[in-house]
Amino acid sequence: MLLDDLPVLPVLLPLIAAPICLLFPNNRVPGVFASLVAALSAILSAMLLADVATSGAIQYDLGGWAAPLGIVYRVDLTGALVMTLVATMAALTMPYAIRGIEKDIAPSQTSAFFAMFLICFAGLIGVVATGDAFNVFVFLEISSLSTYTLVAMGAKRDRRALTAAFTYLVLGTIGATFFVIGLGLLYQVTGTLNMLDIHERLVGQDNRVVRAAFAFIFTGLALKLAMFPLHQWLPNAYTFAPSSVTAFLASTATKVAIYAMLRFLFTVFGFQFGFMDVAFGLFLFLGMVGMFVASLIAVFRDDVKTIFAYSSVAQIGYMLLGISFATPEGVGAALVYIVNHAVTKAALFMAIGAVVYSIGSQRMPAFRGLAKRMPVTAGALIVSGLALVGVPMTAGFISKWVLIRAAFEATLPVSSLFLVLFIVSTTLLAVGYVGRLIWEMTLQEPEGQVDVKPVPLVMLVPMLIVTAFTVFLGVQADGLVSLSETAARELLDTGLGTGGAH
Amino acid sequence: MFEFILERYNYWIVIALMMTGLYIVFSRGNLVKTLIGLNLFQTSVFIFYITVGKVVGGTAPILLGGHGDEGHGDAHSPGHGGAHGEGHGETHHDAALSAQDAVAAVHGDLVNQVSPGAGGEIVSEGHTSLHHGPQGVSSNSLYTGSSADEAPNLITREGSIDLSTAAHGHGAEAALDTLYSNPLPHVLILTAIVVGVATTAVGLSLAVRIREAYGTVEEDDIEAIDNKTLLAEVPA
Repeated sequence: MLLDDLPVLPVLLPLIAAPICLLFPNNRVPGVFASLVAALSAILSAMLLADVATSGAIQYDLGGWAAPLGIVYRVDLTGALVMTLVATMAALTMPYAIRGIEKDIAPSQTSAFFAMFLICFAGLIGVVATGDAFNVFVFLEISSLSTYTLVAMGAKRDRRALTAAFTYLVLGTIGATFFVIGLGLLYQVTGTLNMLDIHERLVGQDNRVVRAAFAFIFTGLALKLAMFPLHQWLPNAYTFAPSSVTAFLASTATKVAIYAMLRFLFTVFGFQFGFMDVAFGLFLFLGMVGMFVASLIAVFRDDVKTIFAYSSVAQIGYMLLGISFATPEGVGAALVYIVNHAVTKAALFMAIGAVVYSIGSQRMPAFRGLAKRMPVTAGALIVSGLALVGVPMTAGFISKWVLIRAAFEATLPVSSLFLVLFIVSTTLLAVGYVGRLIWEMTLQEPEGQVDVKPVPLVMLVPMLIVTAFTVFLGVQADGLVSLSETAARELLDTGLGTGGAH
Repeated sequence: MFEFILERYNYWIVIALMMTGLYIVFSRGNLVKTLIGLNLFQTSVFIFYITVGKVVGGTAPILLGGHGDEGHGDAHSPGHGGAHGEGHGETHHDAALSAQDAVAAVHGDLVNQVSPGAGGEIVSEGHTSLHHGPQGVSSNSLYTGSSADEAPNLITREGSIDLSTAAHGHGAEAALDTLYSNPLPHVLILTAIVVGVATTAVGLSLAVRIREAYGTVEEDDIEAIDNKTLLAEVPA
């Protein structure tokens, strides 16, 4: 029955569709096809989320081989939430890409581009769906390898995309290899690869091998999620990738890596593992440093895409901060932050992509007087920019609010008040770079006479839908907040060893 | 002490390769050399996994004889089930026993929790013994260390699937007294090798494209060219 296969279908569909996509001619067909596949995956993920929310975690044995001998897919509420997010973002960025890539990549690469896009999408969903530790590595690499090519395809507009992709490849591979080393050590200790099984067998074990495994897995995933000092690959990759790719990556790739980190911290290692405090301490410290330094760098950049790439690094700091509280409220706040930031960043990069499409530049001068040249796009940029800062009635306000609330409730090594003041002051830095952009767009006169190409409807509509999302999530926040908190509670329960499979 | 170091010589190879690889990645400016370093680094992990799976004196994990006329499900079940059932009593060190029982107990619980009626399409007999499969694997790979007092250390060079006991349960005489290496790490590392090859392919093609676009594969030269572009972009 179709519904019984729900956990595996969102992964399988794009994976099967990708080679088919490659067979199409280089016109709009591959884009439309990929969009349909992504939309179908998004619907299936949403059904899965509804199912998981009512009846609890779903387990699926691939090929009928039960755990722990076979590979299982296991989707709990956290997984379903992130999966729905990834699939929805894919379903919105793919139609955007149909016209959006015209300026960014060579026409002969169109079908290859969408095939890669689908593979990347399948890999990201796979990381979320699987309950097998080694499978996480395989899917992580499936998505990463396709991401390297996607970033490199931006070379038509700027050859620096190639070097950005190369740096990303080297650092990403080092991260993945660290992760595999950690898995190997874990396998030595436990003799199993099923996540829940590893957790059961790790209970009470705290020796050098487990600690080494933890350190390797932690570092590997930290590289993938661009934790502050390990973020060097991110700004250039986001800056030079095609805009639609940046919109997709910024809203999904690092988020999925954070999900994998949550999964390994809480489901695999769990709170009994004494080394967890070190991880939380690192998250707290590096998260805060990242929030400050990356925001500061963003203020002084001239390339708008670079500005928001650094802002992404800073925002990851907020999410890590939430995780470092190690309370259901904190992790729940991190999940809310993941969703809201994904939506906001997608809206921002889509709008920037529209400017690149119409004016042909992503540097600050191109945005001068944009409110007069492209009022709709400028409006979307202003709304999503304000959402990033965290103005009330927008998504960013909700995520910062739940984070601050969690900070007050948690017992922390530093005073909660200091933390809250720190969050507020880094937000002021965000006001700095977003404000500068808004100032240039609204209060400056456009420079020179440029032919403004009208933005096609197929780009405008996804952009406006995502922008509407940022407002909707700010007004109707209760659903997401309570869902995230339930999900976090469930996740931490497994970490405490009380939850287990059901 | 000296013996302790010598006994683990493959781990020293792994560490040496890993450090060499990482050093090359970080210190060389040539993109192709960087990729070579990356490959060395990955190779060290391959050797590490192979070390994990290797059993001294073990052969390739192919069950010999005695299964010609049996179904697919059976071919798996007797081996694993047997290893589980009799492994306790016969083949293991006393010190390892209690720990092994603990794992077995934990495992039993897990199976009950995780998969009520999972995989219902499998013949039920085969199903139950399937569950015990990894149990056999793990307990062996864990606790059949070179000596009993090393077992808690968990640095096992020899993770064995001792299928010899399986033969008792099943009567396949040919498999008697045969020691097998653990196949799972080998399978895993095959996957990782494929990933590594793909990464190298993507990396090299990127290097080719960079060479086409910049005329060089030296990082320093590329950076100089990029800086010039950057200066040209910023209005004076």
